[in-house]
Amino acid sequence: MNKPILQSDQTRRVVLRAQNVWKSYEQGAITVLQGVDFEALQGQTIALCGPSGCGKSTLLHLFGGLDLPDTGSIAVNGVEVNRHRDLLKLLRHEVGFVFQLHNLIPDLTLEENCLIPTVAAGVERNVAQARLHQLTERMGLSHRLNQRIQKLSGGERQRTALCRALMNKPKILLADEPTGSLDEKTSASVFELLLDQAASENVTLLMATHDRGLAERCDRLFEMHSGRIHEHNPS
Amino acid sequence: MIFVRLILTNLLRHRVRSSISIAGIAFSVAAMLTVVTVLQGAIGMFSGILSSDSEIIVFERNVSDLFFSNVPRNVASEIAAWPMVDHADPVLFGVVSSADHPIITCFGVTAADARIRMAAWVVGDRNSFAQHDDDVVLGERAAEFLNATMDGHVPIGHGVFHVIGILKTANGFEDGGVFMPLSVAQNFFHKDGSSVVTIKLRHRDDAAAFKSLVKQKYANLIGLEDAEFNRSYSQFRILKATAWAVGCCGLVLGGLGVANTMIMSVFTRIREIAILRVNGFSNTQIASMIFGESAVVSLVGAVAGLIAGTCLLYALKLIPALHGYVDVSMRPLVMLIVIVLALLTGVAGALYPAIYAMRVRAVEALRFE
Repeated sequence: MNKPILQSDQTRRVVLRAQNVWKSYEQGAITVLQGVDFEALQGQTIALCGPSGCGKSTLLHLFGGLDLPDTGSIAVNGVEVNRHRDLLKLLRHEVGFVFQLHNLIPDLTLEENCLIPTVAAGVERNVAQARLHQLTERMGLSHRLNQRIQKLSGGERQRTALCRALMNKPKILLADEPTGSLDEKTSASVFELLLDQAASENVTLLMATHDRGLAERCDRLFEMHSGRIHEHNPS
Repeated sequence: MIFVRLILTNLLRHRVRSSISIAGIAFSVAAMLTVVTVLQGAIGMFSGILSSDSEIIVFERNVSDLFFSNVPRNVASEIAAWPMVDHADPVLFGVVSSADHPIITCFGVTAADARIRMAAWVVGDRNSFAQHDDDVVLGERAAEFLNATMDGHVPIGHGVFHVIGILKTANGFEDGGVFMPLSVAQNFFHKDGSSVVTIKLRHRDDAAAFKSLVKQKYANLIGLEDAEFNRSYSQFRILKATAWAVGCCGLVLGGLGVANTMIMSVFTRIREIAILRVNGFSNTQIASMIFGESAVVSLVGAVAGLIAGTCLLYALKLIPALHGYVDVSMRPLVMLIVIVLALLTGVAGALYPAIYAMRVRAVEALRFE
């Protein structure tokens, strides 16, 4: 039985909670999560480390409402995902996703890619444009707005993906190995931006990563192995 | 705007595939437009013959084709004597042939008939009509393709006739036809009466009373107003149904092309659809995007098809053998129906791809990075 990971902080509320979550694929042949308990507080930066296939991405997908647990419960902002009245609301307003591969639409420009979440959520054009300019300015992309994705460097693409994830001002950012496909230098700069954004907008960052160095710079570090999770406490 | 860009982006990404789909719809629309317009035009011209200066047509009840209708010789004169009737003109329709021209429409009419009275005589004089048994008057186009001139002789069927006039009429069938005195036509086609009697009433309000009287006095005959006739005449109905059926078959083929394109479009960008889902796109928005793509393909195809169809119709009009038989005037309603059908075809073609796209599970598409 995993040890429950509970952080008490009276000033901050719990925004992500997993309770005894089990998840398997291939009709039970592959069990990815085995009784995971987890909590994250508002504004924390949290790293999930572990080997490939240990369940990091699955846990992120569950928190993003992209999948449902077999048993146990997943709650985001106090609402159970499988009982969430409107999963679209979760995806549109409460969480933002960043992936290892930037997952941008190559034929669209940087600006158009960033505006996709605002189109989905029906955000007013002028509001969306103001947010776009704010984010691209902060991330050093304002001069590249009309560039197609093919013409951007790897770092610029990942920063664009980060902009897109933050467009609708989510309070939770789920990042699945966001620096995994970047070189060391670019990886470090993108990670700095992630931390900066999380801090400046009080966003809870839950990041799956193989990079131990980056993980240790987060507020908390969790290890995952064979579908189980435990918090790493440096001593 | 971004939504429109998403729709157009995918079409532009696969230009050849999109173009083939558009061409499929365009060919279908052009075929439908051409077939329907030509047949509607032919029907319009034929009904125009029947309604020359008349509003009611009397013919034999339950005949499949007016060529087989036989109205007894005495009926026209009896009806003409009815007080509500302004004039009653017996008309005999027949099909004759001459060298190189297997089908020439022949009209057996009296000198008082509106077709003779109201036509523009290019040469000849209407007062000379029906003076001799071998006299014929030709439509202008018939004279052209029969190489006939005024006072010349033309072989028609088993006889040779004397041309005493050439008429110009607005109706293609009449312009390509031969007008014979009724008695000559009766003899030529071995018929005692006429095919129809066209009726002009003194007051149009008497139409119902007239039809009732026909029913009462002549059990074998029926009187119908022009509009009624056009609606109920089985030959017209068959022609219209055939035209639309042929056109719709073309559109179904075009729709299959759209379906194929849209299926490929969805299958090749499942990951992209998953990304849109992760960014908050709803099922409705995903489906709208797919339907939007098919609507653009259908609309562009429909417009291209209308242009191509129009060009084809004008090209048909230039063919001498079809001159006068093809009315190329396009009815706005037909164009509207064709566009709507093309759009519906596109939407139907996108139905399965849209349902498939809505069922794409982001988590499965994203798991295999």
